[in-house]
Amino acid sequence: MTERFEIPARLRNTSLALIAVGVLVLILGGVTMLGGHDHHDKTRFWLVLLQNSVFFLLLSVASVFIQAAASLAQGGWIVAYKRVPEAIGANVWIFGLIAGAILIFIATGFSVDGHNTIYHWVKPDGDKILEGKSAFLNKEMFIGFTIVTIALWSFFGRKFRALSLAQENAPKNSTKVYWTMFKWSAGFLLVYALTQMSTTPWLWIMSIDAHWYSTMFSWYTFASAFVSGMSVILLFVVFLKNNGNLELVTKEHIHDLGKFMFAFSVFWTYVWFAQYMLIWYSNIPEETTYFKMRQHGPYSLIWYSVFIINFIMPILILMARPSKRNYFTVTFMAMVIIFGHWLDFYIMTMPGPLGKHWHLGWYELGIFMGFAGLLIFVVSNTLTKSSLVPGNHPLLKEAMLHQS
Amino acid sequence: MAIKKFAVACYDDEEVLFPAVKKVRNSGYKLHDVYTPFPVHGLDGALGLKETDLHVAGFIYGITGTSTAVGFMSWIFCSDWPINFGGKPHWSLPAFIPITFELTVLFAAVGMVLTFCYLNQIMPGVKKHVFHPRQTDDLFVVALEINDHTNEAEVINFLKSTGAVETSVQVAESEWWFGRWDKKEPYELA
Repeated sequence: MTERFEIPARLRNTSLALIAVGVLVLILGGVTMLGGHDHHDKTRFWLVLLQNSVFFLLLSVASVFIQAAASLAQGGWIVAYKRVPEAIGANVWIFGLIAGAILIFIATGFSVDGHNTIYHWVKPDGDKILEGKSAFLNKEMFIGFTIVTIALWSFFGRKFRALSLAQENAPKNSTKVYWTMFKWSAGFLLVYALTQMSTTPWLWIMSIDAHWYSTMFSWYTFASAFVSGMSVILLFVVFLKNNGNLELVTKEHIHDLGKFMFAFSVFWTYVWFAQYMLIWYSNIPEETTYFKMRQHGPYSLIWYSVFIINFIMPILILMARPSKRNYFTVTFMAMVIIFGHWLDFYIMTMPGPLGKHWHLGWYELGIFMGFAGLLIFVVSNTLTKSSLVPGNHPLLKEAMLHQS
Repeated sequence: MAIKKFAVACYDDEEVLFPAVKKVRNSGYKLHDVYTPFPVHGLDGALGLKETDLHVAGFIYGITGTSTAVGFMSWIFCSDWPINFGGKPHWSLPAFIPITFELTVLFAAVGMVLTFCYLNQIMPGVKKHVFHPRQTDDLFVVALEINDHTNEAEVINFLKSTGAVETSVQVAESEWWFGRWDKKEPYELA
């Protein structure tokens, strides 16, 4: 049982065109923004790169997480399209390198007129709050954490892929690799819990608004990243299915992915609201400034659209069973959700440094397109490297018979 | 509250039950229900049961809960008994959300349980006819609805040919009824 994927010319051209747009926009942005005199433009240039690279990194790591979770729960349903999250996970290192380089540059080399406008904590300059946090928020900690986190994520992404390929070449009915994967999955969950789910987003994103803090922040970022990660998996699965691959995938599997998109949209809202309500209720000035800027300030339009796109739309459109089993609605909602959570990351990063000088124009969308093109390009390349059916997997039959 | 006549067949194995159900459905007799000691996977499909609209009912109950909570709290905090909480506006939607959520869940859950009971014609205090005492133990019981024009011997022979270990003809209430404990079985057809 083998099933090979060959990249259709249209997909390759589209992804290359998207990458070209991204690179072009990056160069153009570099010339106009970095070469100009407006210091908001210089901040914007790097901030958009930070937002997009972190968004795409976290979104691809979600694929590693779903493999680990499914492996530990011994879920059979995912096996039918296991190669897709594997291929995304195996490319975490690419996004890791890009995001790592950008993050470390911003923390170490970036300054506008002698001030680091993105990460203030780099130079507290007598700021009592920042000095109090300097045991955690300092360059060494930031660089060390970034490198270790990205290295571990990349390692596990590639490890899971290698284990899955080893399973294919293992003797028939052998479950040795399956249980090895089980153990590595437990290890990854620990790593993931200590990085993405608790600390890493504090350093990368929350420290942009260094005076403000929320212990829920990483959990909230995780919800965002996970639901967009599932949407990306769904887009790849639907594409492969339309391309004539993935014969094992039926409406039942699509239904399950739809359920994940629906459920984690609701989960995102739950965490998003829990963080908001506690701060709204206690009404402490140093906490409410964060939301003052976003909800009532110049970002209120984006703030409310994020809520509508990421909660109201999924809950109304994806709630009914038939819509989760319809290729059109799930594909449409996957794109909506990815865009919505990209906007969510936008509103996490921009308000602190840019204030009312925000833009959502050619540069932001161009960089997003570039990253999306890169994701399509590298993942589809990896997908061609092996059979799309994880042959010899102990749960393969269960995956075929899966009923949602 | 219709009293009806049933031809009842008992099977002692689900391996026999599935082909028997298929034969009964193909034979044209009216299948009343199948009673099993445990949930049998795939039996709903074999019986040709359609998915119910229970979830649509659930959505409606949930929405009712949402509007009840928001409406009731708005009335209390804005008009009936307005109190100033920490200088916040009387109509403070974020503070209402947790209770709204809880009431949505409560209405949906209770409403769906009651609807489920109605759809299955069961409820605490409702007497149901038991076709065979071992249907909760180790027998799979299939009940066919028949009437006075049915050739009983033919039905029984047919059921035996499908592998039934025990057969009978019974007269029973087909639906649910409250508090009619005085009525003694067996019933007479009206």
